[in-house]
Amino acid sequence: MVSFKQRDIISIRHFNKEELLYILNFATRMEQAVPMDILNGKVLASLFFEPSTRTRLSFESAMKRLGGTVIGFAESGITSIAKGESLSDSVRIIEGYCDIIVLRHYLEGSAQLAADVVEVPVINAGDGANQHPTQTFLDLYTIQKTKGTLEGLTIGFLGDLKYGRTVHSLAYALSYFGAEMFFISPPSLRMPSDCIEELKDRKVKCHENESLLGISKKLDVIYCTRIQKERFADPVEFEKVRGVYRLSKTMLEEIGIKDDLKILHPLPRVDEMDESLDKTDFAVYFHQARNGIPVRKAILAAVLGTLE
Amino acid sequence: MKVLDVSAIKDGSVIDHIDSKSTLKVADILNIQNEEQVVLVGMNLTSKFLGKKGIIKIGGKIIDQKEVNKIALIAPNATVNIIKDYEVVKKFKVAVPELIEGIVKCFNPNCVSNHHKIEAKLHVVNKNPIKLQCHYCERIMNSKDIVLI
Repeated sequence: MVSFKQRDIISIRHFNKEELLYILNFATRMEQAVPMDILNGKVLASLFFEPSTRTRLSFESAMKRLGGTVIGFAESGITSIAKGESLSDSVRIIEGYCDIIVLRHYLEGSAQLAADVVEVPVINAGDGANQHPTQTFLDLYTIQKTKGTLEGLTIGFLGDLKYGRTVHSLAYALSYFGAEMFFISPPSLRMPSDCIEELKDRKVKCHENESLLGISKKLDVIYCTRIQKERFADPVEFEKVRGVYRLSKTMLEEIGIKDDLKILHPLPRVDEMDESLDKTDFAVYFHQARNGIPVRKAILAAVLGTLE
Repeated sequence: MKVLDVSAIKDGSVIDHIDSKSTLKVADILNIQNEEQVVLVGMNLTSKFLGKKGIIKIGGKIIDQKEVNKIALIAPNATVNIIKDYEVVKKFKVAVPELIEGIVKCFNPNCVSNHHKIEAKLHVVNKNPIKLQCHYCERIMNSKDIVLI
Protein backbone atom coordinates (compact mmCIF):
# COMPACT_ATOMS: atom_id res chain seq x y z
CA MET A 1 0.00 0.00 0.00
CA VAL A 2 1.55 3.27 -1.13
CA SER A 3 1.51 6.07 1.39
CA PHE A 4 3.22 9.43 1.34
CA LYS A 5 1.97 10.51 4.74
CA GLN A 6 4.67 12.51 6.59
CA ARG A 7 7.32 11.42 4.08
CA ASP A 8 10.19 13.63 2.98
CA ILE A 9 10.42 14.29 -0.76
CA ILE A 10 14.16 14.63 -1.20
CA SER A 11 15.22 12.66 -4.23
CA ILE A 12 13.47 10.86 -7.05
CA ARG A 13 15.72 7.91 -6.17
CA HIS A 14 13.67 7.37 -3.04
CA PHE A 15 10.56 6.41 -5.01
CA ASN A 16 9.70 3.31 -6.97
CA LYS A 17 7.57 3.16 -10.10
CA GLU A 18 4.36 2.47 -8.19
CA GLU A 19 4.95 5.53 -6.00
CA LEU A 20 5.68 7.76 -8.99
CA LEU A 21 2.44 6.66 -10.64
CA TYR A 22 0.54 7.16 -7.38
CA ILE A 23 1.42 10.88 -7.36
CA LEU A 24 0.61 11.24 -11.05
CA ASN A 25 -2.83 9.69 -10.50
CA PHE A 26 -3.31 11.88 -7.47
CA ALA A 27 -2.45 14.94 -9.59
CA THR A 28 -5.11 13.94 -12.12
CA ARG A 29 -7.63 13.88 -9.27
CA MET A 30 -6.45 17.34 -8.24
CA GLU A 31 -7.37 18.68 -11.69
CA GLN A 32 -10.87 17.42 -11.07
CA ALA A 33 -13.15 18.40 -8.19
CA VAL A 34 -11.29 18.53 -4.90
CA PRO A 35 -12.54 20.15 -1.69
CA MET A 36 -10.88 23.55 -1.37
CA ASP A 37 -10.17 23.33 2.32
CA ILE A 38 -8.39 20.01 2.77
CA LEU A 39 -5.26 21.77 4.06
CA ASN A 40 -7.16 24.23 6.22
CA GLY A 41 -5.10 25.09 9.30
CA LYS A 42 -1.84 23.72 7.84
CA VAL A 43 1.18 25.97 7.44
CA LEU A 44 3.85 25.59 4.78
CA ALA A 45 7.29 27.14 5.35
CA SER A 46 8.69 28.17 1.98
CA LEU A 47 12.47 28.57 2.42
CA PHE A 48 14.17 29.72 -0.77
CA PHE A 49 17.89 30.40 -0.52
CA GLU A 50 18.11 30.65 -4.30
CA PRO A 51 15.95 32.55 -6.79
CA SER A 52 12.85 30.81 -8.10
CA THR A 53 9.64 31.85 -9.79
CA ARG A 54 7.70 28.77 -10.86
CA THR A 55 8.61 26.40 -8.06
CA ARG A 56 8.11 28.84 -5.21
CA LEU A 57 4.95 30.44 -6.53
CA SER A 58 3.34 27.18 -7.60
CA PHE A 59 4.01 25.62 -4.18
CA GLU A 60 2.56 28.67 -2.47
CA SER A 61 -0.41 28.76 -4.83
CA ALA A 62 -1.04 25.01 -4.43
CA MET A 63 -0.98 25.33 -0.64
CA LYS A 64 -3.35 28.33 -0.63
CA ARG A 65 -5.72 26.74 -3.14
CA LEU A 66 -6.10 23.81 -0.76
CA GLY A 67 -6.89 26.10 2.16
CA GLY A 68 -3.46 26.21 3.81
CA THR A 69 -1.25 29.17 4.60
CA VAL A 70 2.35 30.01 3.75
CA ILE A 71 5.22 31.60 5.66
CA GLY A 72 8.82 31.94 4.55
CA PHE A 73 11.30 33.91 2.53
CA ALA A 74 12.56 34.14 -1.02
CA GLU A 75 15.90 35.62 -0.10
CA SER A 76 18.03 34.45 2.81
CA GLY A 77 19.71 37.85 3.29
CA ILE A 78 16.77 38.97 5.43
CA THR A 79 17.02 36.01 7.84
CA SER A 80 19.30 34.95 10.67
CA ILE A 81 21.35 33.03 8.08
CA ALA A 82 22.86 36.43 7.32
CA LYS A 83 24.00 36.54 10.98
CA GLY A 84 25.81 33.24 10.54
CA GLU A 85 23.12 30.83 11.69
CA SER A 86 23.60 27.33 10.31
CA LEU A 87 21.07 25.71 8.01
CA SER A 88 20.46 22.98 10.61
CA ASP A 89 19.66 25.51 13.32
CA SER A 90 17.44 27.56 11.01
CA VAL A 91 15.25 24.62 9.99
CA ARG A 92 15.07 23.36 13.60
CA ILE A 93 13.66 26.74 14.61
CA ILE A 94 11.31 27.05 11.65
CA GLU A 95 9.81 23.57 12.08
CA GLY A 96 8.19 24.87 15.24
CA TYR A 97 6.20 27.29 13.11
CA CYS A 98 4.92 24.99 10.36
CA ASP A 99 3.61 21.59 9.29
CA ILE A 100 5.81 21.14 6.23
CA ILE A 101 8.99 22.70 4.86
CA VAL A 102 9.74 23.39 1.20
CA LEU A 103 13.44 24.12 0.80
CA ARG A 104 15.57 25.35 -2.07
CA HIS A 105 19.28 25.74 -1.39
CA TYR A 106 22.42 26.15 -3.48
CA LEU A 107 24.33 23.39 -1.69
CA GLU A 108 23.80 19.81 -2.82
CA GLY A 109 22.43 17.60 -0.08
CA SER A 110 20.98 20.49 1.91
CA ALA A 111 17.42 19.11 1.77
CA GLN A 112 18.59 15.75 3.11
CA LEU A 113 20.46 17.53 5.89
CA ALA A 114 17.28 19.44 6.79
CA ALA A 115 15.19 16.26 6.69
CA ASP A 116 17.66 14.55 9.02
CA VAL A 117 17.32 17.21 11.72
CA VAL A 118 13.60 18.04 11.72
CA GLU A 119 10.44 16.03 12.39
CA VAL A 120 8.13 17.77 9.91
CA PRO A 121 8.29 16.57 6.30
CA VAL A 122 10.78 18.33 4.03
CA ILE A 123 10.25 18.80 0.31
CA ASN A 124 13.35 19.44 -1.76
CA ALA A 125 12.64 22.30 -4.16
CA GLY A 126 16.12 22.03 -5.68
CA ASP A 127 19.51 21.48 -4.03
CA GLY A 128 22.33 22.87 -6.16
CA ALA A 129 22.88 20.68 -9.22
CA ASN A 130 21.55 17.59 -7.47
CA GLN A 131 17.81 16.93 -7.34
CA HIS A 132 14.50 18.67 -7.94
CA PRO A 133 12.02 15.85 -7.41
CA THR A 134 8.76 17.80 -7.63
CA GLN A 135 9.86 19.18 -11.01
CA THR A 136 10.38 15.57 -12.08
CA PHE A 137 6.89 14.64 -10.96
CA LEU A 138 5.44 17.46 -13.03
CA ASP A 139 7.68 16.61 -16.01
CA LEU A 140 6.45 13.01 -15.87
CA TYR A 141 2.89 14.24 -15.52
CA THR A 142 3.27 16.47 -18.58
CA ILE A 143 4.82 13.69 -20.68
CA GLN A 144 2.08 11.26 -19.64
CA LYS A 145 -0.65 13.77 -20.42
CA THR A 146 0.71 14.87 -23.78
CA LYS A 147 2.05 11.54 -25.07
CA GLY A 148 -0.64 9.39 -23.51
CA THR A 149 1.93 7.09 -21.92
CA LEU A 150 5.29 7.04 -20.15
CA GLU A 151 6.25 3.62 -21.43
CA GLY A 152 8.92 3.00 -24.06
CA LEU A 153 9.53 6.57 -25.18
CA THR A 154 12.64 7.95 -26.87
CA ILE A 155 13.73 11.11 -25.09
CA GLY A 156 16.33 13.66 -26.13
CA PHE A 157 17.81 15.76 -23.34
CA LEU A 158 19.30 18.95 -24.77
CA GLY A 159 21.47 21.73 -23.34
CA ASP A 160 23.17 21.89 -19.98
CA LEU A 161 23.23 18.28 -18.87
CA LYS A 162 26.10 18.73 -16.45
CA TYR A 163 24.48 21.14 -14.01
CA GLY A 164 20.84 20.57 -15.00
CA ARG A 165 19.37 18.90 -11.92
CA THR A 166 15.99 18.46 -13.64
CA VAL A 167 17.69 16.34 -16.28
CA HIS A 168 19.38 14.07 -13.74
CA SER A 169 16.15 13.47 -11.83
CA LEU A 170 13.96 12.98 -14.92
CA ALA A 171 16.39 10.60 -16.60
CA TYR A 172 16.44 8.48 -13.46
CA ALA A 173 12.63 8.46 -13.21
CA LEU A 174 12.19 7.55 -16.87
CA SER A 175 14.49 4.59 -16.38
CA TYR A 176 11.49 2.87 -14.74
CA PHE A 177 9.54 3.14 -17.97
CA GLY A 178 11.90 1.59 -20.53
CA ALA A 179 12.93 4.90 -22.11
CA GLU A 180 15.76 5.21 -24.62
CA MET A 181 17.74 8.37 -23.97
CA PHE A 182 19.86 10.68 -26.10
CA PHE A 183 21.97 13.22 -24.23
CA ILE A 184 22.78 16.14 -26.51
CA SER A 185 25.18 18.77 -25.18
CA PRO A 186 28.47 20.54 -25.85
CA PRO A 187 31.41 18.46 -24.52
CA SER A 188 31.89 20.74 -21.50
CA LEU A 189 28.28 20.26 -20.37
CA ARG A 190 27.94 16.50 -20.81
CA MET A 191 25.81 14.40 -18.52
CA PRO A 192 27.97 13.46 -15.48
CA SER A 193 29.60 10.07 -15.97
CA ASP A 194 28.19 8.73 -12.69
CA CYS A 195 24.64 9.51 -13.93
CA ILE A 196 25.30 7.71 -17.22
CA GLU A 197 26.80 4.74 -15.38
CA GLU A 198 23.82 4.57 -13.06
CA LEU A 199 21.39 4.65 -15.99
CA LYS A 200 23.31 1.91 -17.78
CA ASP A 201 23.22 -0.17 -14.60
CA ARG A 202 19.45 0.24 -14.79
CA LYS A 203 19.52 -1.16 -18.37
CA VAL A 204 18.75 2.17 -20.05
CA LYS A 205 19.92 2.58 -23.66
CA CYS A 206 21.98 5.80 -23.42
CA HIS A 207 23.57 7.74 -26.27
CA GLU A 208 25.66 10.91 -26.08
CA ASN A 209 25.64 13.39 -28.98
CA GLU A 210 26.72 16.95 -29.67
CA SER A 211 23.92 17.70 -32.14
CA LEU A 212 20.33 16.80 -32.98
CA LEU A 213 21.36 15.99 -36.55
CA GLY A 214 20.76 12.36 -37.40
CA ILE A 215 18.76 11.61 -34.26
CA SER A 216 15.93 14.16 -34.30
CA LYS A 217 13.53 11.87 -36.20
CA LYS A 218 13.77 9.23 -33.48
CA LEU A 219 12.66 11.46 -30.64
CA ASP A 220 9.21 11.38 -29.04
CA VAL A 221 10.16 14.11 -26.56
CA ILE A 222 12.84 16.79 -26.43
CA TYR A 223 13.61 17.98 -22.91
CA CYS A 224 15.41 21.26 -23.48
CA THR A 225 17.29 23.07 -20.71
CA ARG A 226 18.81 26.48 -20.25
CA ILE A 227 22.56 26.82 -20.01
CA GLN A 228 22.76 28.16 -16.49
CA LYS A 229 25.06 31.16 -16.20
CA GLU A 230 24.89 31.01 -12.39
CA ARG A 231 26.57 27.58 -12.31
CA PHE A 232 29.73 28.78 -14.13
CA ALA A 233 32.60 29.99 -11.99
CA ASP A 234 34.34 31.33 -15.09
CA PRO A 235 32.30 33.70 -17.34
CA VAL A 236 34.62 32.90 -20.26
CA GLU A 237 33.53 29.26 -20.10
CA PHE A 238 29.89 30.37 -20.10
CA GLU A 239 30.39 32.55 -23.18
CA LYS A 240 31.86 29.58 -25.05
CA VAL A 241 28.62 27.60 -24.74
CA ARG A 242 25.83 30.18 -24.51
CA GLY A 243 23.48 30.03 -27.44
CA VAL A 244 25.06 26.84 -28.76
CA TYR A 245 21.59 25.35 -29.28
CA ARG A 246 18.63 27.32 -30.49
CA LEU A 247 15.49 25.39 -31.35
CA SER A 248 13.18 27.08 -33.80
CA LYS A 249 10.26 25.98 -35.96
CA THR A 250 12.34 26.35 -39.13
CA MET A 251 15.30 24.51 -37.67
CA LEU A 252 13.15 21.56 -36.60
CA GLU A 253 11.46 21.40 -40.01
CA GLU A 254 14.88 21.36 -41.68
CA ILE A 255 16.37 18.55 -39.58
CA GLY A 256 13.14 16.51 -39.53
CA ILE A 257 11.11 15.47 -36.52
CA LYS A 258 8.19 13.21 -35.65
CA ASP A 259 4.81 14.86 -36.18
CA ASP A 260 3.82 14.20 -32.58
CA LEU A 261 7.09 15.37 -31.01
CA LYS A 262 6.63 17.23 -27.75
CA ILE A 263 9.11 19.79 -26.44
CA LEU A 264 9.42 20.33 -22.69
CA HIS A 265 11.52 22.91 -20.87
CA PRO A 266 11.59 23.51 -17.11
CA LEU A 267 11.87 27.27 -17.84
CA PRO A 268 13.05 29.99 -17.63
CA ARG A 269 14.37 29.99 -21.18
CA VAL A 270 16.91 32.45 -22.45
CA ASP A 271 17.78 31.92 -26.09
CA GLU A 272 17.62 28.14 -26.47
CA MET A 273 14.01 28.08 -27.74
CA ASP A 274 12.70 30.53 -30.28
CA GLU A 275 9.28 32.05 -29.75
CA SER A 276 8.28 30.71 -33.18
CA LEU A 277 7.78 27.36 -31.43
CA ASP A 278 5.36 28.66 -28.82
CA LYS A 279 2.18 28.29 -30.86
CA THR A 280 3.04 24.93 -32.41
CA ASP A 281 1.66 21.63 -31.15
CA PHE A 282 5.21 20.63 -30.25
CA ALA A 283 5.48 23.18 -27.47
CA VAL A 284 4.13 21.97 -24.16
CA TYR A 285 6.40 23.94 -21.83
CA PHE A 286 3.77 26.43 -20.73
CA HIS A 287 1.36 23.57 -19.95
CA GLN A 288 4.25 21.96 -18.12
CA ALA A 289 4.66 25.03 -15.91
CA ARG A 290 0.93 25.08 -15.18
CA ASN A 291 1.04 21.41 -14.25
CA GLY A 292 3.09 22.50 -11.25
CA ILE A 293 -0.19 23.30 -9.51
CA PRO A 294 -2.01 19.93 -9.64
CA VAL A 295 1.22 18.03 -9.05
CA ARG A 296 2.27 20.11 -6.06
CA LYS A 297 -1.25 20.05 -4.69
CA ALA A 298 -1.13 16.27 -4.94
CA ILE A 299 2.24 16.11 -3.18
CA LEU A 300 1.18 18.45 -0.37
CA ALA A 301 -2.12 16.62 0.18
CA ALA A 302 -0.43 13.22 0.07
CA VAL A 303 2.39 14.20 2.45
CA LEU A 304 0.12 16.01 4.87
CA GLY A 305 -2.12 12.97 4.77
CA THR A 306 -5.40 14.71 4.17
CA LEU A 307 -6.44 12.52 1.24
CA GLU A 308 -5.70 8.85 0.58
CA MET B 1 60.40 -22.41 -0.33
CA LYS B 2 58.77 -19.27 1.07
CA VAL B 3 60.46 -17.37 3.87
CA LEU B 4 58.95 -14.29 5.39
CA ASP B 5 61.95 -12.33 6.56
CA VAL B 6 60.26 -10.36 9.30
CA SER B 7 60.31 -11.16 12.95
CA ALA B 8 57.28 -11.95 15.10
CA ILE B 9 55.88 -9.36 17.51
CA LYS B 10 55.04 -10.11 21.10
CA ASP B 11 51.86 -7.99 21.40
CA GLY B 12 50.10 -5.90 18.78
CA SER B 13 48.40 -6.12 15.39
CA VAL B 14 49.37 -7.69 12.10
CA ILE B 15 47.59 -6.55 8.95
CA ASP B 16 48.15 -9.15 6.28
CA HIS B 17 46.98 -9.73 2.70
CA ILE B 18 47.11 -6.07 1.81
CA ASP B 19 47.09 -5.46 -1.93
CA SER B 20 50.80 -4.62 -2.28
CA LYS B 21 50.25 -1.23 -3.91
CA SER B 22 48.04 -0.15 -1.02
CA THR B 23 50.51 -1.02 1.74
CA LEU B 24 51.78 2.50 2.33
CA LYS B 25 48.24 3.89 2.32
CA VAL B 26 47.35 1.41 5.05
CA ALA B 27 50.50 2.47 6.91
CA ASP B 28 49.24 6.05 6.68
CA ILE B 29 45.84 5.06 8.09
CA LEU B 30 47.62 3.44 11.03
CA ASN B 31 49.73 6.54 11.53
CA ILE B 32 52.84 4.38 11.97
CA GLN B 33 55.25 7.30 11.96
CA ASN B 34 54.10 8.13 15.46
CA GLU B 35 54.50 4.59 16.82
CA GLU B 36 57.23 4.07 19.37
CA GLN B 37 57.34 0.29 19.42
CA VAL B 38 58.48 -1.98 16.62
CA VAL B 39 56.80 -1.51 13.23
CA LEU B 40 57.51 -3.80 10.31
CA VAL B 41 56.29 -3.04 6.81
CA GLY B 42 56.66 -5.57 4.00
CA MET B 43 55.74 -5.06 0.37
CA ASN B 44 55.78 -7.22 -2.75
CA LEU B 45 55.75 -10.43 -0.74
CA THR B 46 54.57 -13.51 -2.60
CA SER B 47 50.91 -14.36 -2.12
CA LYS B 48 49.01 -17.25 -3.70
CA PHE B 49 45.81 -15.24 -3.58
CA LEU B 50 46.97 -11.72 -4.46
CA GLY B 51 50.15 -12.43 -6.42
CA LYS B 52 51.96 -9.79 -4.41
CA LYS B 53 50.91 -8.67 -1.00
CA GLY B 54 51.86 -6.27 1.74
CA ILE B 55 52.02 -6.87 5.46
CA ILE B 56 52.29 -4.48 8.42
CA LYS B 57 53.14 -5.51 11.97
CA ILE B 58 52.74 -2.98 14.74
CA GLY B 59 53.98 -3.77 18.23
CA GLY B 60 51.88 -2.68 21.21
CA LYS B 61 48.88 -1.45 19.22
CA ILE B 62 45.42 -2.99 18.93
CA ILE B 63 43.81 -1.41 15.91
CA ASP B 64 40.36 0.06 16.40
CA GLN B 65 37.14 -0.31 14.39
CA LYS B 66 37.48 3.06 12.68
CA GLU B 67 40.92 2.04 11.39
CA VAL B 68 39.56 -1.35 10.29
CA ASN B 69 36.78 0.39 8.34
CA LYS B 70 39.28 2.68 6.65
CA ILE B 71 41.55 -0.24 5.74
CA ALA B 72 38.57 -2.12 4.27
CA LEU B 73 38.05 0.72 1.80
CA ILE B 74 41.69 0.76 0.68
CA ALA B 75 42.56 -2.93 1.01
CA PRO B 76 39.33 -4.98 0.95
CA ASN B 77 41.16 -8.32 1.12
CA ALA B 78 43.22 -7.50 4.20
CA THR B 79 43.14 -9.67 7.30
CA VAL B 80 43.83 -8.51 10.83
CA ASN B 81 45.56 -10.60 13.47
CA ILE B 82 45.62 -9.47 17.07
CA ILE B 83 48.68 -10.83 18.83
CA LYS B 84 49.16 -11.40 22.55
CA ASP B 85 52.30 -12.98 23.90
CA TYR B 86 53.29 -14.16 20.40
CA GLU B 87 49.94 -15.94 19.94
CA VAL B 88 47.15 -14.95 17.54
CA VAL B 89 44.20 -14.33 19.83
CA LYS B 90 41.85 -12.91 17.20
CA LYS B 91 41.86 -13.09 13.43
CA PHE B 92 39.38 -11.54 11.02
CA LYS B 93 39.03 -10.27 7.49
CA VAL B 94 38.25 -6.59 7.17
CA ALA B 95 34.72 -5.87 5.97
CA VAL B 96 33.28 -2.77 4.38
CA PRO B 97 30.33 -1.60 6.51
CA GLU B 98 27.01 -0.65 4.90
CA LEU B 99 27.35 2.94 6.07
CA ILE B 100 30.59 4.87 6.37
CA GLU B 101 30.48 7.77 8.79
CA GLY B 102 33.18 10.30 9.48
CA ILE B 103 36.05 8.54 7.70
CA VAL B 104 35.66 9.49 4.04
CA LYS B 105 35.13 12.99 2.70
CA CYS B 106 32.55 13.51 -0.05
CA PHE B 107 34.45 14.40 -3.23
CA ASN B 108 31.81 16.91 -4.36
CA PRO B 109 33.01 20.42 -3.41
CA ASN B 110 29.43 21.69 -3.54
CA CYS B 111 28.14 19.04 -1.12
CA VAL B 112 26.59 20.40 2.06
CA SER B 113 28.83 18.05 4.09
CA ASN B 114 31.86 20.06 2.92
CA HIS B 115 30.34 23.37 4.03
CA HIS B 116 28.61 22.63 7.31
CA LYS B 117 29.87 21.12 10.53
CA ILE B 118 28.39 17.69 9.92
CA GLU B 119 29.92 14.26 9.72
CA ALA B 120 30.35 12.98 6.16
CA LYS B 121 28.13 9.96 5.63
CA LEU B 122 28.36 7.58 2.68
CA HIS B 123 26.31 4.53 1.78
CA VAL B 124 28.16 1.58 0.31
CA VAL B 125 26.40 0.71 -2.94
CA ASN B 126 29.01 -1.83 -4.07
CA LYS B 127 31.76 -3.48 -2.06
CA ASN B 128 34.04 -4.83 -4.76
CA PRO B 129 34.88 -2.69 -6.63
CA ILE B 130 34.06 -0.14 -4.00
CA LYS B 131 31.31 2.38 -4.86
CA LEU B 132 30.07 4.87 -2.28
CA GLN B 133 27.09 7.20 -2.47
CA CYS B 134 26.99 10.38 -0.45
CA HIS B 135 24.04 10.38 1.95
CA TYR B 136 23.55 14.10 1.30
CA CYS B 137 24.35 14.98 -2.31
CA GLU B 138 23.92 11.44 -3.72
CA ARG B 139 27.09 11.62 -5.82
CA ILE B 140 28.68 8.24 -6.42
CA MET B 141 32.37 7.82 -5.68
CA ASN B 142 34.73 5.12 -6.92
CA SER B 143 37.93 4.03 -5.18
CA LYS B 144 39.96 6.69 -7.04
CA ASP B 145 37.77 9.41 -5.53
CA ILE B 146 38.15 8.29 -1.93
CA VAL B 147 39.79 10.82 0.36
CA LEU B 148 40.10 9.61 3.94
CA ILE B 149 39.50 12.10 6.71
